[in-house]
Amino acid sequence: MKTIFAKSVPGRKGVWPEEPEGQITDFIPENLLRENLPALPEQSELDVVRHFTLLSRRNFGVDSNFYPLGSCTMKYNPKFMEDIANLSGFTDLHPLVPQLRGAGHYTQGALEVLYETEKLLCEITGMDAFTLQPLAGAHGELTGVMLMAAYHNYKGNKKTKIIVPDSAHGTNPASAAIAGYEVVSIESRDGIIDPQALKDALDDEVAGLMMTCPNTLGLFERHLREIVELVHSVDGLLYYDGANLNAILGKMRVGDVGFDVVHLNLHKTFGTPHGGGGPGSGPVGVNKKLEPFLPISRVVKLEDGQFFLDYDYPFSIGYIAPFYGNFGVILKAYAYILRLGREGLIRVSENAVLAANYLRKKLEDYLHIPYNRTCAHAMHEFVASAVKQAQKGVRALDIAKALLDKGHHAPTIYFPLIVKECLMIEPTETESKETLDQFVDDLIEILKIAEENPEAIQEAPVNTPVKRLDEVKAAREMILKEQDM
Amino acid sequence: MIPKELSYTKTHEWAKVEGDVAIVGITHFAQEQLGDITFIELPQIGQKFNRGDEMGSIESVKAASEIYSPVSGEVIAVNEELENAPEKINQDPYGQGWIARFKLTSPAEGLLNSDEYARIVEEH
Repeated sequence: MKTIFAKSVPGRKGVWPEEPEGQITDFIPENLLRENLPALPEQSELDVVRHFTLLSRRNFGVDSNFYPLGSCTMKYNPKFMEDIANLSGFTDLHPLVPQLRGAGHYTQGALEVLYETEKLLCEITGMDAFTLQPLAGAHGELTGVMLMAAYHNYKGNKKTKIIVPDSAHGTNPASAAIAGYEVVSIESRDGIIDPQALKDALDDEVAGLMMTCPNTLGLFERHLREIVELVHSVDGLLYYDGANLNAILGKMRVGDVGFDVVHLNLHKTFGTPHGGGGPGSGPVGVNKKLEPFLPISRVVKLEDGQFFLDYDYPFSIGYIAPFYGNFGVILKAYAYILRLGREGLIRVSENAVLAANYLRKKLEDYLHIPYNRTCAHAMHEFVASAVKQAQKGVRALDIAKALLDKGHHAPTIYFPLIVKECLMIEPTETESKETLDQFVDDLIEILKIAEENPEAIQEAPVNTPVKRLDEVKAAREMILKEQDM
Repeated sequence: MIPKELSYTKTHEWAKVEGDVAIVGITHFAQEQLGDITFIELPQIGQKFNRGDEMGSIESVKAASEIYSPVSGEVIAVNEELENAPEKINQDPYGQGWIARFKLTSPAEGLLNSDEYARIVEEH
């Protein structure tokens, strides 16, 4: 399919914008006017409609198909959130308005949304304060680790290391390393953190532990209490990666358990668009110990009920994002939280965990399910392994590709690294039993074909707009421009 | 696929030690686990490593992984052909897929023999 630029025909028009009254220089200084017109594609309205309609049909998203991509909570994005985000009171607001002297009263509604969202996230997680500024999950992680570093610097602690279990979310070691820490990995036992391994790695130079709970195997960390005590015993800090918060919403508040800092992914847990539909948002919550170091600005409510952006925090780590985060995303999450309410959020985690365990149970006779002896139940996601199938030459990759032919998005494969040939399946709470059953039936059929006729699975997908891609060639000989094709 | 004459590490590198020179690479098992290799970051000639130091990294369609030096010494040659054809590691990990040649600064020690390494692979 050609790009819209390649389809351009010089001189063809689809829109006739109104000519502004007066001269263009009445609005824009002459030295800022462009000399040449931009190279925009020229097409008729109908051609544009067809182009983007066809493009959207080639897209694969949660609006069209089941999307059980583990570790990333690709949940449905309820459409009412778009309505809220499209209210003109929000869309017509310039992001610089709250920073103009005396313009604060034009933006009270938006500031109230930020303030209230922070309060709701505090309530949900049991933390004392939040910043909504980080623009994505990894940005939240880096912000969180910088807050930990600020705390240790303030106290004069000499801390050089951060411990990351091998079952943690994949970005944790990267965030710790970028913040300047040495990353110490500890091996899990029976799929969860081994307190003894933690003890062995723990010393006075440990700044903290980054944890994903439930972890990337979908298992709850049963030694949580002991882990928290151990890390705090060396004045280390506990970091909670919120990637898997969907499993514990309304069931466990991470602040109550003893975590000092947490990042959430609004685009995972709180139903805002994820991936190409983003952008994301990675708010960071802290307890009292870390609150003085939060980034500026912060939204403050005055006694008379007015809101303003406060920059006066001498211990703050400073600016981490322009304006105040991805406001539209925060607004959608605010709407989501209010619409679902306390009961609704509890049902999110209950149904997410139920759906994952339903699939785990239904598939246990067909795929190897690691750790099912030590952990009878998974949380909101689970890991299955295609080791048996791999002996016949059908690997996790092939099974994932074959699922595309059946109209399902592939699960995450080959992560976490501690399980061979793994498929990481997360159905999320919004899928009906019929959808889950269809997925199971299709997956079982694929596994049966894999036994009788492995070649058929190794060739998949064959029903998709493009057949199996040569991933090796794609990685070795990258073509990044359309002109080079 | 574990040649008798080579020595091994727990982290799946091999070394062929002859006098004070050693050729090193990654094992058949390692390349099989990684899958199709797309990129290798080679050490540089003249670099010195202690046994267990990170000497390079390797990327496949599935994962990225570090390569640890199985010996202590100075790099005297690297297999530059791998930069354009990293698939040689997949095709021939103990031959054309060799990674670097070291001049040892201390005798090779702490390496596993083929039987010991075979047991590690079995546990996986």
